[in-house]
Amino acid sequence: MHIVVCIKQVPDTKIIKINPKTNTLDRRSAPAILNPYDAHAVQEAVNIRKRLGKGHITVISMGPPPATAVIKKSIEIGADEGYLITDRAFAGADTLATSYALAKGLEKIAKNRPIDMVICGKQAIDGDTGQVGPGIARRLDIPPVTNVLEVLEINEQEKTILVKRKTAGGYEIVQSDLPCLLTVEKEINEIEYAPLPNMIKAARYEPVIWTVKDFDDVDRSKLGLKGSPTVVGKMFTPPKPEGAKMLEGTIDEQVKQVIDIMMEREELFFETKN
Amino acid sequence: MIEEYQGVWVFIEQNAGEVESVSLELLGAGRKLADKLGVPLAGVLMGSEIKGLTPKIIAYGADIVYVIDHPVLKDYRTESYMKGLLHLVETYKPEIILYGATPNGKDLASAVATDLATGLTADCTMLDIDMENHLLEASRPAFGGNIMATILCKKHRPQMATVRPKVMKALEPDETRQGKVIEETIDLKEEEMRTKVLKIVKDVTETASLADAHVIVCGGKGMGDEQGFQLIHEFAEVIGAAVGGTRDVIEAGWLPYEYQIGQTGQTVTPKMYFAIGVSGAIQHVVGMKNSDVIIAINKDPNAPIFDVAHYGIVGDALEILPKLIEQFKEVRKKKGGEIYA
Repeated sequence: MHIVVCIKQVPDTKIIKINPKTNTLDRRSAPAILNPYDAHAVQEAVNIRKRLGKGHITVISMGPPPATAVIKKSIEIGADEGYLITDRAFAGADTLATSYALAKGLEKIAKNRPIDMVICGKQAIDGDTGQVGPGIARRLDIPPVTNVLEVLEINEQEKTILVKRKTAGGYEIVQSDLPCLLTVEKEINEIEYAPLPNMIKAARYEPVIWTVKDFDDVDRSKLGLKGSPTVVGKMFTPPKPEGAKMLEGTIDEQVKQVIDIMMEREELFFETKN
Repeated sequence: MIEEYQGVWVFIEQNAGEVESVSLELLGAGRKLADKLGVPLAGVLMGSEIKGLTPKIIAYGADIVYVIDHPVLKDYRTESYMKGLLHLVETYKPEIILYGATPNGKDLASAVATDLATGLTADCTMLDIDMENHLLEASRPAFGGNIMATILCKKHRPQMATVRPKVMKALEPDETRQGKVIEETIDLKEEEMRTKVLKIVKDVTETASLADAHVIVCGGKGMGDEQGFQLIHEFAEVIGAAVGGTRDVIEAGWLPYEYQIGQTGQTVTPKMYFAIGVSGAIQHVVGMKNSDVIIAINKDPNAPIFDVAHYGIVGDALEILPKLIEQFKEVRKKKGGEIYA
């Protein structure tokens, strides 16, 4: 089984600082990390390989040259090889242009080794869109199965997979033909500590770099900023609401006022007496 | 030609014959956009034996309901629903399509956007029309959530957006509203489907209880550490509230993801919301700002949470909460006395 995992390098939004003067992201303040959902996607590929007893895991990313770091990180988790698509021609891509570029990369990978399954994180924590995974599935004409909570069964003979998928009101059990594309939730697995041989391999690993010249069949009008139908119109801080009534006095007095506010809606806390 | 594309559409998500509330909210939001543009508002309804839902969709604001009723559409699947929606878009050419940002809504929107090669904006919290250019202005929190970005799709149609549940307001249903139902048929064969839904399970776990809670106590990283956060649990337990956390709290592992409130977690609208040690980043605020009464406690008098709160206390939650717990217990004792005297 050949599993390809699509990964992204993102700023760690947990640590990131906002410049209060300009209200923009201070990118220097944020370390770049492997998108957490993608780490779970790589781990799931490793778990599937372990379950089947064999398999090959390829990771692919699009981003600036420093993104090689997240490919190394994936090798550490257990991927076998990694590719980075990097070129100014890809810069400024929205989700549509991103899925186009990654699908081109996947097609190129599939020429040497047919792909049985693609796994993506549910979304990236910098954009939070979740749109690239299904987009890639459409371009490769394979079924997308999004928001996967658990891989229940893989039948290599029948070429099917059984998964548990999150829905608005709960979950559902879905069977899909292979190849397919899964996007995974964080709950799908726990990231395991990397074994030492993986860490050694990762430290020495150099991913394959592809630039736009490595693709002979790309439509340049579909790449990067040019290939992106959406544009950012304006940035603004949302209109400020009236603001809170600030409670004054000593702590005890403030606490008393909070209790009074709660008691104005007494029915929320106490059964009515009748 | 983009001028050919007219009208505002809402994808009506139904599960087992029940319309998701986000779809009704989007009919409310879509109505405003359609009125501004002077075009009809349509609901797109797909499923199996779902025609009975059309009066409800009209009552909530639609002028037209496009219906595709087919046994293969019984359960949501990307490929079958996408085929239906693509057929409708190619036939009737809408300028705007809105989807609920639910797992199925996002899945469908992403797939359809790819096939139509058009723009899609995820998880919008504000929608408006640029009247000069007749463009949809789809705004969402960006960059970890302290600023809003307005996304435009100038040269492609339809303009599409997903919108989080509970962000927009549904209209009061009007049973006397008149609307048109247009039925379409498409060719779908079960044996050509590459996915099958074998079982659907409704969940009544923590996630559901948070969404339904009347009172929520949400803690932020201002609680200091996991031990400090225990006060949030204690306070919530004493007053009978559900517990929630900010993104920081979930990232720190003090609470599981199901408890996250905000842009990337859940949107909640309880009757009373306590934001304790919560700074109030936009990405959090969009998930709770429609709560009836918001009470915030924060050390920093300039914390943005005080902009959206109705009542605020500047102070140390670790000091205030134990007192609040104590005083509430007192009140409860007295109440108990009254009830059982």
